[in-house]
Amino acid sequence: MSDQKKGVSRRRVLKTGAAGLLATGAAPMIFTRGAWAQEFRNNPTGSEVVLGFNVPQTGAYADEGADELRAYMLAVKHLNGEGDGGMLSTMQPSSLGGNGILGKKVTFVTGDTQTKSDAARDSARRMIERDGALIITGGSSSGVAVAVQALCQEMGIIFMAGLTHSNDTTGKDKKRYGFRHFFNAYMSGAALAPVLEAEYGSDRQAYHLTADYNWGWTQEESLINSTEAIGWQTTKAVRTPLGAGDFSQYITPVLNSGADVLILNHYGKDMVNSLTQAIQFGLRDRQANGKNIEIVVPLFSRLMAQGAGENIKGILGSTNWNWSLQDEGSQNFVKSFGAEYGFPPSQAAHTCYVQTLLYADACERAGTFYPPEVIRALEGHIFDGMGNGPTEYRAEDHQCFKDVLVVRGNQNPSSQFDLLEVVQEVPRAQVEYDASIFGGELGPYEVS
Amino acid sequence: MLALPKKELITFLIFAVVVLTMPIWLTPFGASYPGLLQKFAIYGLLAVGFNILFGLTGYLSFGHAAFLGVGSYAAVWSFKLLSMNAIPAIVFAVILSGLFALVIGYLSLKRSGIYFSILTLAFAQMSYNLAYSVLTPITNGETGLQLTLQDPRVLDLAFSERGAGLPLVELFGVDMAGYGGFYLSAILLIIGFFVAQKITLSPFGLMLKGIKSNQNRMKYTGFNIRPYTLAAFVISGMYAGLAGGLLAVTDPLAGAERMQWTASGELVLMTILGGVGTMFGPVLGAWIMKYLENIFSAFNENVLHNLFSFLPEGVQEVAVRFVALFVGEGWHLTLGLMFVLVVVFLPGGLMEGYRRFVNRFFNGKKPKPRVPDKQTQPAE
Repeated sequence: MSDQKKGVSRRRVLKTGAAGLLATGAAPMIFTRGAWAQEFRNNPTGSEVVLGFNVPQTGAYADEGADELRAYMLAVKHLNGEGDGGMLSTMQPSSLGGNGILGKKVTFVTGDTQTKSDAARDSARRMIERDGALIITGGSSSGVAVAVQALCQEMGIIFMAGLTHSNDTTGKDKKRYGFRHFFNAYMSGAALAPVLEAEYGSDRQAYHLTADYNWGWTQEESLINSTEAIGWQTTKAVRTPLGAGDFSQYITPVLNSGADVLILNHYGKDMVNSLTQAIQFGLRDRQANGKNIEIVVPLFSRLMAQGAGENIKGILGSTNWNWSLQDEGSQNFVKSFGAEYGFPPSQAAHTCYVQTLLYADACERAGTFYPPEVIRALEGHIFDGMGNGPTEYRAEDHQCFKDVLVVRGNQNPSSQFDLLEVVQEVPRAQVEYDASIFGGELGPYEVS
Repeated sequence: MLALPKKELITFLIFAVVVLTMPIWLTPFGASYPGLLQKFAIYGLLAVGFNILFGLTGYLSFGHAAFLGVGSYAAVWSFKLLSMNAIPAIVFAVILSGLFALVIGYLSLKRSGIYFSILTLAFAQMSYNLAYSVLTPITNGETGLQLTLQDPRVLDLAFSERGAGLPLVELFGVDMAGYGGFYLSAILLIIGFFVAQKITLSPFGLMLKGIKSNQNRMKYTGFNIRPYTLAAFVISGMYAGLAGGLLAVTDPLAGAERMQWTASGELVLMTILGGVGTMFGPVLGAWIMKYLENIFSAFNENVLHNLFSFLPEGVQEVAVRFVALFVGEGWHLTLGLMFVLVVVFLPGGLMEGYRRFVNRFFNGKKPKPRVPDKQTQPAE
């Protein structure tokens, strides 16, 4: 992020700006670029490296935030060689030895995003400017992820996104310094469509209720595209205000619309409320066009399923990861998370844990903390053993490509956590798309 | 025109010194980094402007955050369309929020007291919902308005090539993201403080005080109070717009939640915490609030364990458990407790506490008991 036309080194201006402004009324303008190639913001010079965990601790997504923080603390332990090592032993390839990152002990600072862009940027700036955080990671909302990612690009700090599902994060708002392991709305649509076709047939009328903001729209768009591709028709797509609480006025029209599938593009409390009310209205006991009315929740999470209780039984959706997966990486992670906290991790916890390990591994492989080199190490990196099978960090948009889980609300849960059963692991090839379809530009590697 | 009475001049000079030396005296509090320093200066400015309406005129606006948001959006659009220079952005922010305040003020000021407050709250909430979803092409909705690589930036690109990355906000070559942005905000805060002092001392200010103490009496003496209250409302809105513009200058992003009613409520809280109607009180309130929000919320259990490491093992655990209630995600609790204590024991805010302290220890006089004057209740 540089002011090309003046040729001022940003770092130099920052350092001398205050003094220069006071002393001479203008900052020096003659420094050339490139002279600081290996000096970068928050270069860890001591024996410790600081990671910045920016998660919602208050507000609507505080549950997810708390779980993310637990995962981060576990990751820090494992990186420092404490505990049972979790996924460190299953990660392939791995350069991590349990002795910190590049021999430096990992420590961390935390901040509260409040699920607000401003608050999230404030706390990210505190961690970067005051606490010397080398990276920022976390978050449970796409709006926040996009805002913090832009800040990190400006500051030359790598951002490892937490839970963010909107296409924009690695689409039109993608950034060179931002990386997302979580899947996105497009993938949800692409993974769900064939399963929906197999379960419900190809002659269906879909009715969408969509949370009226950026994430909801991208998911609605992706779902409409992929369901229409299998022959479904879209009766109507209705936007509902975020945090509406009472969805009855939106659900009654569904009954008279002639639609036979209701797609809920809601997340968190909204999804819990809209789904519960749809079931209470007896939607699933009714018929339309001679077929049973079905409900689909494209983005599922176990924390939401816990909130919706009985109502999620038999409902189809997609998820990034579920703790019931049987591969060794997932099992190790669930075991060490359970030993530490007494319950299984959520998908938010999983993605944050994996992101931390991936960053640490990239530093080891690059042999330096210098961000442009670490970014190059992450771009196009192919790895396995982290719970999702073979995964690739695509270089063009910094989106991870991996199998996506289509899940169904468990009919006979064996425990209070056993809420989702995996219907199908949709292979990567089926959810892949061309990086250019969403537009956007990554920007430069060097931001001096 | 620029002269101040001696007492006011001393206040002004002390204020200016305090603001400009913030990077030094905030260091021991762990708050001396550009991000927070900028917020201190900007929210101070917002509180000074709000006090002209609430403290001086007695009209409690519950929707001031709307002007903050308008200012931010105007500034970011100026960056996108015209130039990355801070000056046009600030000018547009002030003008646009002034116009916006004129419209909302014209409608809201048809009522006073609680009805006025509710009207402003309604308008602000409308603005928030519009910005959040309906006006997405202009505001980019929930994600917030940001700079992109393809922005037209007509003025900048007329003179230079498009760079590889996003450009930075600058003012004559000084980068606005770091200390440069703080000093710009600080200087504008000092100017804003001075203007507020002049307004308070002017005949116009006296009219506003008159309106606060008894509207009906003002009307019976033959004054039409509408133009005065509207002027105060617009000036106050322009202060908020300037603050919003500066938020965008120091960090070029404008999000809808800046306009939410909680943001307006925060501003009322700041003003009451510091002391309604005093010059310095609202600024102090804003600083305390931002400090709690940014520093207290960052204390996690690790930090606490380090802090209490001198205590024996068992006691340390108890101490950490207890203090953890009030820091980290519990910072709202600290703020709430503080607010309750201030309102119950120091109805005039922290500035009243300061006055009582000075009276008791330096004047040798007993503090004057504050007589709650029924007739000076705000905005009735």
